[in-house]
Amino acid sequence: MITWQGFLKRFLSDPVAIGAGIVLLILIVMAIFAPFIAPQNPYDLLQLNIMDSDMPPSWRDGGDERFWLGTDAQGRGVFSTIVYGTGISLLIGIGAVIVQGVLGVTLGLWAGYKGGWIDSFLMRMADIQMSLSTLMIAIIALALFKAAFDANIYADYAIFMLILIIGVAEWPKFARTVRSSVLGEKNKEYVDAARVIGLPARKVMWGHILPNTLTPVLVISTIQVAEAIMTEAALSFLGLGMPTDKPSLGSLIRSGFEFIFSGSWWITLYPAIVLVTLVLALNLLGDWLRDVLNPKLRRGDD
Amino acid sequence: MTESASSPIVETRGLEMRFNLPTHFLSREKPVLHALSGVDIKIEKGETFCVVGESGCGKTTLGRAIMGLLTPSSGEIYFEGQRIDTMDEAARKPVRADMQMVFQNPYASLNPRRNVYQTLAEPIRHLMPEKSSQDVRAQVEDVLDATGCDQSWQRKLPHEFSGGQRQRIAIARALVTNPAFIVADEPISALDVSIQAQILNLLNDLQDERGLTYMFITHDLSVVEHFGDRVAVMYLGQVMELASTEAIYRDPKHPYTQLLLDAIPSLEGGSFDAPREPGELPDPVNPPPGCPFAPRCPIVQEICRAERPRLRPVGDSGTLAACHLAE
Amino acid sequence: MPLLEVKDLHVAFPKGKKGEVEALRGVDLVLEKGQRLGVVGESGAGKSMLAFAILNLIAEPGRVTQGSVTFDGNDLLGMSERQIRRIRGNRISMIFQDPMVTLNPVLSIGKQMIETLKAHRSISTREAHRLSVEKLNLVAIPSAESRMDAYPHELSGGLRQRVVIAIALLTDPELIIADEPTTALDVTIQAEIMSLILRLCRENDVALILITHDLGVVAEVTERIMIMYAGKCVETGRTRDIIDAPKHPYAVGLLKALPQNSAKGAKLYQIPGSMPPITNLPTGCPYHPRCERSTDECRASMPPLTQGVACFHPMHEQAETAQ
Repeated sequence: MITWQGFLKRFLSDPVAIGAGIVLLILIVMAIFAPFIAPQNPYDLLQLNIMDSDMPPSWRDGGDERFWLGTDAQGRGVFSTIVYGTGISLLIGIGAVIVQGVLGVTLGLWAGYKGGWIDSFLMRMADIQMSLSTLMIAIIALALFKAAFDANIYADYAIFMLILIIGVAEWPKFARTVRSSVLGEKNKEYVDAARVIGLPARKVMWGHILPNTLTPVLVISTIQVAEAIMTEAALSFLGLGMPTDKPSLGSLIRSGFEFIFSGSWWITLYPAIVLVTLVLALNLLGDWLRDVLNPKLRRGDD
Repeated sequence: MTESASSPIVETRGLEMRFNLPTHFLSREKPVLHALSGVDIKIEKGETFCVVGESGCGKTTLGRAIMGLLTPSSGEIYFEGQRIDTMDEAARKPVRADMQMVFQNPYASLNPRRNVYQTLAEPIRHLMPEKSSQDVRAQVEDVLDATGCDQSWQRKLPHEFSGGQRQRIAIARALVTNPAFIVADEPISALDVSIQAQILNLLNDLQDERGLTYMFITHDLSVVEHFGDRVAVMYLGQVMELASTEAIYRDPKHPYTQLLLDAIPSLEGGSFDAPREPGELPDPVNPPPGCPFAPRCPIVQEICRAERPRLRPVGDSGTLAACHLAE
Repeated sequence: MPLLEVKDLHVAFPKGKKGEVEALRGVDLVLEKGQRLGVVGESGAGKSMLAFAILNLIAEPGRVTQGSVTFDGNDLLGMSERQIRRIRGNRISMIFQDPMVTLNPVLSIGKQMIETLKAHRSISTREAHRLSVEKLNLVAIPSAESRMDAYPHELSGGLRQRVVIAIALLTDPELIIADEPTTALDVTIQAEIMSLILRLCRENDVALILITHDLGVVAEVTERIMIMYAGKCVETGRTRDIIDAPKHPYAVGLLKALPQNSAKGAKLYQIPGSMPPITNLPTGCPYHPRCERSTDECRASMPPLTQGVACFHPMHEQAETAQ
């Protein structure tokens, strides 16, 4: 059993974890305080000046001090768009994982505890869902959505749609993880002890078993956030994700893509670097978390 | 036999437990595991009733059925004269406060995420919701004292304790609703030898102080001899012999009981010198007709394979044995 | 020359960043040919550790820090892996508590037995097959010939353990080390297996080290006992002597605590406290916190093993046994 103190100690003794943690923290803080950090608000049309467009980063010829990383085709500062975009990417990533988590954990708990045909049914559904790639489902769903509604409605609801679709598409991962934990826990005698005093099934499931199945859920959550962010970035790159006037990192990469060879490479490059860094930090932390919480890799001093 | 003045505190009649084993949905065979095949026992108030047997005999299933963790396939279970196996939850609640269980594995019987106070308070809060939080706290503290636990343990989590300490906490949990009857399922098997004596003494003391009735499930016959008042010896889901502890050790009537007692290693040595025929437990999925012990019995006759023997009085010490040939 | 001689064996494990903690703290053992020794103690006392150390099987990061193990004149700890493999599983066999530690679930029994034989001897498959069936018959496995094709999961726990014993006997070893071989088995099966082991050891002059916590089994099967506590041997001697008249207070306590030795219904003798973990041992004699005879001397220094007892104040009178 790992305690908070043990956990902190392990964290502080692992340079990779600290590094990834710091990077993640910086990006999150940057995203939260976007309005205060970004020199301009790139979505305020009044602040934009088309004369500022296509300027290279400030240290190069033609650069301007106001726009540290240059500007894009509309005259928005690349740094500012990245700051806001990171926030949107994170929002979608975390939101999607919350949806996946709630749905997956509930269904996994049910399947594992009840067993029988409920278990068989839910697991077959999960198998079917897992065999369809999330990206493919999302592309189809979003394409339909985009075709069905006009551009303004799409722009307003894109973020919810993305969270919902990526969330619902990935519930099997959480469900299976929780289910296998539940299968292990439900044969333990503390569950019998709870049933002996007559606790109803839902209290046993939610009150006793669930808290003991959350460790693996925590581990996969971090990695699922990274996955969700990448999925959204891919969708946005394909034009099916966030619109260009409310871009996530993926849409930023997209809108700069056409300019790579025509000279304004900075519009794509910097968002791409930030995206990779964000996903890498999440993955590293997720891996570290998995190793720390793995009871088989327990070191003697826990 | 004299009629007892009071009725037994726990009684089972014709208790049967059958489990359908999982099979491929296309297969013809539907194997059924017969865990209990007609068990009749009566446990008297205040006694320590031991149930012994080897793996697959059904002793744990019996304990779980009595506690309501399993629904009997047929038969009846009575507690203090009331039929409990068909009760709905609302009616069963007050009964649950009176019947509690101590489990075998101290490392799995406490929820690892709940501290000692939460674990001990839960039964009271659920079964006696009318109690105020001061009452609950007082009860928890009282039961911690009674089981030799320290009050400072309340805030701690199970992983901070050793096996013996955890078992004390588990016993405290069983006592917290002031039950009259406790099923103890192999409560000391998982503990180190020098701790076993501590826990047994504790159980003994608690029984004296509180007038508890125990159903003590174990495979350790030396504990039974020391601790038990009456013993039921089970084999393959049936009771083979039911007698007072003293009678069973002095004069076991059933061939299986004799085999069991003969297998206990003695500190004097010498019992393992003669070679022993290997005997395997038959398959509880397809029990043979007739006596379940027939394949292994040294005095088996035709009738044993054909007809299942019922428990009948044998000898004059009040022993009941399920054997055609015992006397 | 004794068959096995262990001198001052120390096994340590790393603790934290720099320290080490000793799981075995200087153990001596002498075993003659055909002699049966019981190693008794509770979990954590170091008995399994001793068995593994003798066979040089201590897994990293643990290591033997001191001492020697001599088998028939050969230094086991100094051997290369190749050399010791000719002894392990060949001249010294090991039986574990869980038969599935020995048995490979994906190979048939016959295949495993034949493989074992061929690994240590150059014989034909047919000859190996014949010898295997012979050993299966020796351990009274019914229909041995057809069982050769069976897989471990098709057998019950008792039968599996018999197969493990048969495998242990395949190479006609001189020493068998059995680590809690019957703890997980039912009492009637235990009686069968232990009487089998006893008979085979007696008939074939095979030495036995039986590791267990069960004093009853030890009384039935062994000629000598070694009682371990917190990584050290605290008492050793002839089985009958120790069972009838133990000298070390821990041994006395263990025997007194047995229900067989208590009057019916009386309170069982209980040794107060519990065995300390090796990471947190008291100074001096490791038993002193629980001992009613402890004095300052006991707290200050570790009593040496003299005349079979490691105690400054050993008991001399007969242990009480309630009849």
